[in-house]
Amino acid sequence: MTVRVLLFASYADAIGASEIALDLPSDARVRDVLSRVRAMASGKRVPDKPMVAVNQRYAADDEIVHSNDEVAIIPPVAGG
Amino acid sequence: MRTAIVDRPLDACALLAEVAHHRNGATVVFVGSVRDVNDGADVSGLDYSAYTAMAARELDGIAGEAAQRWGTPDVVVEHRIGTLDLGDASVVIAVGHPHRGDAFDAARYVIEELKKRLPIWKREHYRDGRSEWVAGSEAAGQVILSEAKDLR
Repeated sequence: MTVRVLLFASYADAIGASEIALDLPSDARVRDVLSRVRAMASGKRVPDKPMVAVNQRYAADDEIVHSNDEVAIIPPVAGG
Repeated sequence: MRTAIVDRPLDACALLAEVAHHRNGATVVFVGSVRDVNDGADVSGLDYSAYTAMAARELDGIAGEAAQRWGTPDVVVEHRIGTLDLGDASVVIAVGHPHRGDAFDAARYVIEELKKRLPIWKREHYRDGRSEWVAGSEAAGQVILSEAKDLR
């Protein structure tokens, strides 16, 4: 299955893209998405337990992802 | 109650007017703005970027929590993104309530929660020509992870 992964701010700079598509097994969890991203070139600049949102809601790293989900890796936020 | 992520200058007076009602004995307006010094570096301006769809949803959730907890419909919040100059307002929170203590508390709740939860980032530009992403709090991130299931 394919999931869309969104990257922002310093993480987008590290990976060199603001959006990537990953092909994953159907029982994949958030932590599997993270391992794949961290295996990319410069991926280690993304921490092993960053904040993550699935379909625009904060998610724990054991949450199951589904085909066509939007998984966002969220750097420490700095709004306000 | 109304919230928005916008890419234009914020008008605190407009938000003040929006929460005005005869039931309210108190109105609090909080304005967050771009400061000239951060961590000892001279700031010349900054760019806010956002995961806009999620930020809009999260901001709506925070304002809704404040409205429910303090029992007032008069909560209006706007957060600006894009390029801001020194002194520009980045966030305006207006709360109207029958009583001042609750108005202050609700406004304080909104700013503290949005600083922890809104997926917004800022890149500061300095007078010496450098620019950097401002480091948010990792501690806040851990709180969000542990609360993620409760919030759902």
